Amino acid sequence: MNRKVLIPIASIIVFIGFVLLKLDWDGADRTHELWEALEVTAGGFLTLMIFSFLYKDNAFYKFAEHLYVGISAAYWMCVGFWSNLAQQAIPHLSQSLSEALGQPFLGYIWHYWIPVALGLILLTRLLPESMKIGWISKWTLAFIVASTAGLFITANLQANFIAQIASTMSLPLLPDWTGFGDFLSNFDLSYEGQFVKMFSNWVIIIGVISGLVYFFFSKEHTGWFGRVSRLGIWVLMVTFGAAFGYTVMGRVSLLVGRLTFLFRDWAGVIG
Amino acid sequence: MSNNQTNNNSNLSFLERLMLLDRRWVFLVLALVVVSTYYIPMKVPVPASTEVRSIYDAVEGLKEGDKILLAIDYDPNALAELHPMTYAILEQCFRKKVGVIITSLSQNGPGMAEQAILDIVDSTALPRTYNGVSYPGREIINGVDYCFLGYRAYFELVITGMGQNFRTFYSRDYYDVLLDSIPIMKDVQNYDDIEMVIDISGSNVVDAWIKYAAARYDVKLALGLTGVMMTDYYPYLGSGRIFGLMGGLLGAAEYESLADNPGLAMDGMKVQVWAHITIILFILIANIGYFGTRKKRGL
Repeated sequence: MNRKVLIPIASIIVFIGFVLLKLDWDGADRTHELWEALEVTAGGFLTLMIFSFLYKDNAFYKFAEHLYVGISAAYWMCVGFWSNLAQQAIPHLSQSLSEALGQPFLGYIWHYWIPVALGLILLTRLLPESMKIGWISKWTLAFIVASTAGLFITANLQANFIAQIASTMSLPLLPDWTGFGDFLSNFDLSYEGQFVKMFSNWVIIIGVISGLVYFFFSKEHTGWFGRVSRLGIWVLMVTFGAAFGYTVMGRVSLLVGRLTFLFRDWAGVIG
Repeated sequence: MSNNQTNNNSNLSFLERLMLLDRRWVFLVLALVVVSTYYIPMKVPVPASTEVRSIYDAVEGLKEGDKILLAIDYDPNALAELHPMTYAILEQCFRKKVGVIITSLSQNGPGMAEQAILDIVDSTALPRTYNGVSYPGREIINGVDYCFLGYRAYFELVITGMGQNFRTFYSRDYYDVLLDSIPIMKDVQNYDDIEMVIDISGSNVVDAWIKYAAARYDVKLALGLTGVMMTDYYPYLGSGRIFGLMGGLLGAAEYESLADNPGLAMDGMKVQVWAHITIILFILIANIGYFGTRKKRGL
């Protein structure tokens, strides 16, 4: 038998075998047990298929990857349709359509036609070029760009720009300072201690200034300016290092999650 | 591998071989370490950081009948890191009889969020003791103890809209029940009627919570994020935009430790510790190989 036929058939047989192994034969609700066994086994198989890429690219990985993309696209489309059109727009536009979709009619509101019209206009991009009507979709795009910019600019300025600069500028260089004698007699290296607070504030202020200097290109980076700029590079490198460390931690967490699923939920070999 | 390559490799020094180590060996060793760690009885101490403790203290300080908004804004791909946070916070709220309004502004999230809610509803039915306080089991009722609003598209608009009135975007909850007929939502118009928002997020939805809820409506906001996102959001702690921050599986484990409710995150810590040690060893080995062969490579 051809290898291309044999491998899928063998995979299906192995899959059924694992489902049967996972099945709780003493369970009261056989249908529920069967679905649960199918779900968990499918999850286990798909996880192994994706992991197989670590060895090398193969047909199992490709199958799992395409399945994921396909299911995600279909799921997004269904959720989008039901949460936007069916639940939000149609109940305010048409009683008969609302009833056909099983949604209660919430009263006619004419301006709900505006987003529907903009949405339909956007779809003109999909029409054949020979119809020369696709350009109308730019109206919707222009509306999206303008409204998004209007909504985002002020919020971004407020949350990310002004507030962050203000909080950096208002950092005290000598927090809770009551004199050098008090500082030495109450010297404390704990997180809440005065020394650590002071040190943190200095690190932030020097880090921000040197980072900004590094990105200032109107003056040549030589002399004291160059030295501050070099410190800025170090600050950036430390930041990237911290981000990379967190990324590794995050990825290992995902691995732990998948392996816990494989060994506990699917194989049942750990408690 | 061809004969030529085999001969070439056999002429290499030990340090040069380190540099050419096939990455699949790294994967295999890491997998073996992670799997074997499950069978090692070991408890990793998880000291809580100030930013996680401030979230725990804020939730712990809530009174019976208070309401919070828990935003479950992540997809299944961040489940391993973020689900433990959701479980720990939900259980703490349900035990303390704090009302929870739950949104899910990530498109693939609602099914997963519902699963978490139902799991905790089951768990809260059993009596438990946390931090020396005994809680009898109680029935958690949808609409009375919590309200699951589900997903709505365009999270920026939804978050802004909820600042005016929750009903602008959520006339009905996830189960298609009119918001006005849900007991827990009767006195809730907008963010002014809830104590805080805890956003557990694996995507840029968190930016909208900071920009629109915290900056515009002055909402008391705490974040639970994936490890990858953490460094980007620390500056918001300094500016006071957020009052707490949990990062990745470690942040979840810290919360579980504080709540005296060990779960998947604390279980995963021992595996994480050994996985990190393995990765550090591989980095050291690669660096030894790199510096050892530097002269030979004329660097």
